Amino acid sequence: MPIIADHLTFVYGAKTPLQTTAVDDISVKIEDGQFIGLIGHTGSGKTTFLQLLSGLIKPSSGTVYINGEDIYAKDFDLHSIRGKVGIVFQYPEHQLFEETVFKDVCFGPKNMGLDQKETELKAYEALKLVGLEDEVFYQSPFDLSGGQKRRVAIAGVLSMKPQVLILDEPTAGLDPAGRKEILGLIEKLCRENKMTIILVSHSMDDVAEYVDRILVINNGKLAIDATPKEVFKHREELEEFGLSLPQVTKAMISIKESGIPVKTDAITVDEAIEEIMRVLY
Amino acid sequence: MKIIKAEEVTFEYIRRDEDGNVEGINRAVDKVSLDVKEGDFICVLGSNGSGKSTFAKHLNSILLPTEGTVWIDGMDSKDEDKLLQIRQTAGMVFQNPDNQIIGQVVDEDVAFGPENMGVPTEQIKERVEESLKTVGMYDFRKKSPNHLSGGQKQRVSIAGVLAMHPKCIVLDEPTAMLDPLGRKEVIRALRALNEVEGITIILITHYMEETVYADRIFVMNKGKIVMDGSPREIFKRVEELEEYKLEVPKITLLAHELRKRGLRIPDCVLTVKELTDALKKC
Repeated sequence: MPIIADHLTFVYGAKTPLQTTAVDDISVKIEDGQFIGLIGHTGSGKTTFLQLLSGLIKPSSGTVYINGEDIYAKDFDLHSIRGKVGIVFQYPEHQLFEETVFKDVCFGPKNMGLDQKETELKAYEALKLVGLEDEVFYQSPFDLSGGQKRRVAIAGVLSMKPQVLILDEPTAGLDPAGRKEILGLIEKLCRENKMTIILVSHSMDDVAEYVDRILVINNGKLAIDATPKEVFKHREELEEFGLSLPQVTKAMISIKESGIPVKTDAITVDEAIEEIMRVLY
Repeated sequence: MKIIKAEEVTFEYIRRDEDGNVEGINRAVDKVSLDVKEGDFICVLGSNGSGKSTFAKHLNSILLPTEGTVWIDGMDSKDEDKLLQIRQTAGMVFQNPDNQIIGQVVDEDVAFGPENMGVPTEQIKERVEESLKTVGMYDFRKKSPNHLSGGQKQRVSIAGVLAMHPKCIVLDEPTAMLDPLGRKEVIRALRALNEVEGITIILITHYMEETVYADRIFVMNKGKIVMDGSPREIFKRVEELEEYKLEVPKITLLAHELRKRGLRIPDCVLTVKELTDALKKC
């Protein structure tokens, strides 16, 4: 189910003094099963772009093709993609509301009109997929830890069996172990369950470590579209955009500037170790 | 002089059913004793649910201990007569800037605190200007907070606390929702407040790299303080930190791994500069 954005543009407050172009002529193709990182400073247009991709707001011009179909065409039934493109919003645990974890996860499939048996089966599968143990199923979601709550919220989206999963800063506010847990889960969904993932993140270290391809958004435009290794070569540009480099890349640059002839394209700790050992050992 | 002193502080959240009967007790803070020297930069680490935020709320009487006592600049946090004075001494900044900005214009928002304290008008103006200058937001004083970035909003929140002339600022994950530039701006502002103005900073964070300049780090786990020391002392204990669901900064991890592979690098490197200097000597 490839997604294509075709000259996608969105203008807030058109024809008023506050007119702002939040998404400005973005064209991009996202292939099946890719793990995409979406980065950009606050207000760069990331969230608006995601809303356009998933059919939540109508573009001012341009359109989105999902599986070859124009989702903003007049006769297109937008409802049909709700189950296919799942969105996990920021702080998704704020949307938990049911008495038990299991009931909460049932909400999505039930709304899609599935019968009880099928609903419960989907909910069960989703909860297993995010790695929650049976004993939490009948607890109140509000009694769980931050990382667990977030898993429940993600399971709530997964229970609708989407093929594309969009996550808006899924690790914000979690402790390091919780961050690793959630990112590991997302990686598994991509690699083993072959889902297409679009991950919005403010952590350069995380996108460097996990994703296949990074889209950098600045002022509503798609500024860079490349592999993490390529993207993090654009040091000055990224800084101009209010972004930065992974910590190890910064270290490699400093080490090189001190006169040690290392290459500076390492973006993960493992790559940095290898390169420093190659030169110094 | 100890700006903060906690003695055997315990706090319990009590859950009740519809009839008011006790259903369960959750001990969020468990016999915590610590003191903080005036002028220190303190970081508090700990996994989600370790009791950090609950403890932080004791530092300006938002929560009162179930057992034990907290002294803020010598005042008992339970002393109702001193409540206003306590809140002026220890200001608090929270995670989401959108929940703590109320003014239509930046300088109005910063003036809210001193206005409520009954500071004379001409002094308010002075305090607002001075606070905004300190956090580098003076040029935005006539802007609407809605048009600021996350990092800028968070600095306005800090200015709002500063305008009350606190001796101590407690920040509960102020950078969790910010982009890289915003995080840098906020941390830079905090370090300047600490170094130039001598204000005691107590920073709760999940980002290890923000803590490397701290004078002292406390690690909390299950409501207790389980580690207490300088960043160098804390980040040496890699395995123990992992047990508490934490990690060491990426640079420290890199140095640690290089050392394991036989490079002569000192134990527990914290910054890029330290790592570079160490490698030059290899």
